Amino acid sequence: MKYCLVVDDSSVIRKVARRILEGLDFEIAEAEDGMQAMDSCSSRMPDAILLDWNMPNMDGYEFLTKLRKMSGGNRPKVVFCTTENDIGHIAKAMDSGADEYVMKPFDKEILSSKFGEVGLV
Amino acid sequence: MSTPIINRVIQFISRSAGIVLTAEKAYFIEARLSPVVREEKAASIDELMTRAERGDRRIAQRIVDALTTNETFFFRDKTPFDHFRNIMIPELVSRRPPGKAIRIWCAACSSGQEPFSLIMLLDEMKAQLGGRNVEIHASDISEAILSKAKAGLYNQFEVQRGLPTKLLLQYFTKEGDNWKISQDVVRRVNFFKFNLLEDMRNLGTFDIVFCRNVLIYFDRPTRGKIFAQIADRLAPDGFMMLGGAESTFGVTDRFTSHPKERMIHLPLAQRAAPRIATA
Repeated sequence: MKYCLVVDDSSVIRKVARRILEGLDFEIAEAEDGMQAMDSCSSRMPDAILLDWNMPNMDGYEFLTKLRKMSGGNRPKVVFCTTENDIGHIAKAMDSGADEYVMKPFDKEILSSKFGEVGLV
Repeated sequence: MSTPIINRVIQFISRSAGIVLTAEKAYFIEARLSPVVREEKAASIDELMTRAERGDRRIAQRIVDALTTNETFFFRDKTPFDHFRNIMIPELVSRRPPGKAIRIWCAACSSGQEPFSLIMLLDEMKAQLGGRNVEIHASDISEAILSKAKAGLYNQFEVQRGLPTKLLLQYFTKEGDNWKISQDVVRRVNFFKFNLLEDMRNLGTFDIVFCRNVLIYFDRPTRGKIFAQIADRLAPDGFMMLGGAESTFGVTDRFTSHPKERMIHLPLAQRAAPRIATA
């Protein structure tokens, strides 16, 4: 079973994402911001990370930049999942090492499609 | 599924949406309604129909939606596009002289995602094409949906189904809340209105015909006639792709399967009429 870390400061989004991804046979862990996500990755590196952009303490962009410098940090497939939907943000996320990008709101089909793109579904 | 239940669904959808389904579409009805049964926690299609007929408008709408949805999305089902890239185009390139165009027809293109997906794929394969021109022709029976295809304008939901983000960045610009595909891509597709029941002889000869997820709406004799017409319009070494749930089996003898991949259909020459022995 693949292991996915869901990083979002909204408990509702985390709950919805968890339900969808568990339905796609992922084991799920949650983090509320980039700091918590760093701790989580330090103790167990996930196969995939569903990552919000705007969060307190450490945002998704900063987290991704730090993650890719960590030992083993290039391994997880990172799918940004954010309300930021302009081309500039999307290009910035992809250039900084994201593997895919989801614009909120999302549903099961979209998450399934995007995780399929990165070879995890 | 029993005959009374099938007939109940057929009558309901006819009354509700004017759609003609026949009893031989039982597999289609069951496949489309089973997920609704599960999601609505009904015990069976029969129970679902009872709830709809007793005035549950939400359920009634779900049944209509399930039986009428004719959707499309970018790189739908993925596998046909893998076959296009790995089998069909390489085989055609090896057989066609460089000066001869490769002609492709998307026979039920809906809002354009299929032909546009092919264009994006062909761009990736440019080196393999050896300078060969590839024509993409795309038709649909609906003028409204063709207008949408020609506009190349998609909402956020549509560009997130099947379309990799790198291709979104490469081919689309943001227009308000929507995403517009490059006009260079739109111009490379010849969109035209066409009813598959019409005479296809004026369309010319194609090397590849994509006819996916449309023949399920026709009865078997009509499917047979359409298959025969497509076989006549294909080059002898051409290819036809159907939807994942569609098959020529038991409908026509004008196609056989590709030796490497049974999803790819190859045209057979029309059988000569048997000679009548004369004295």
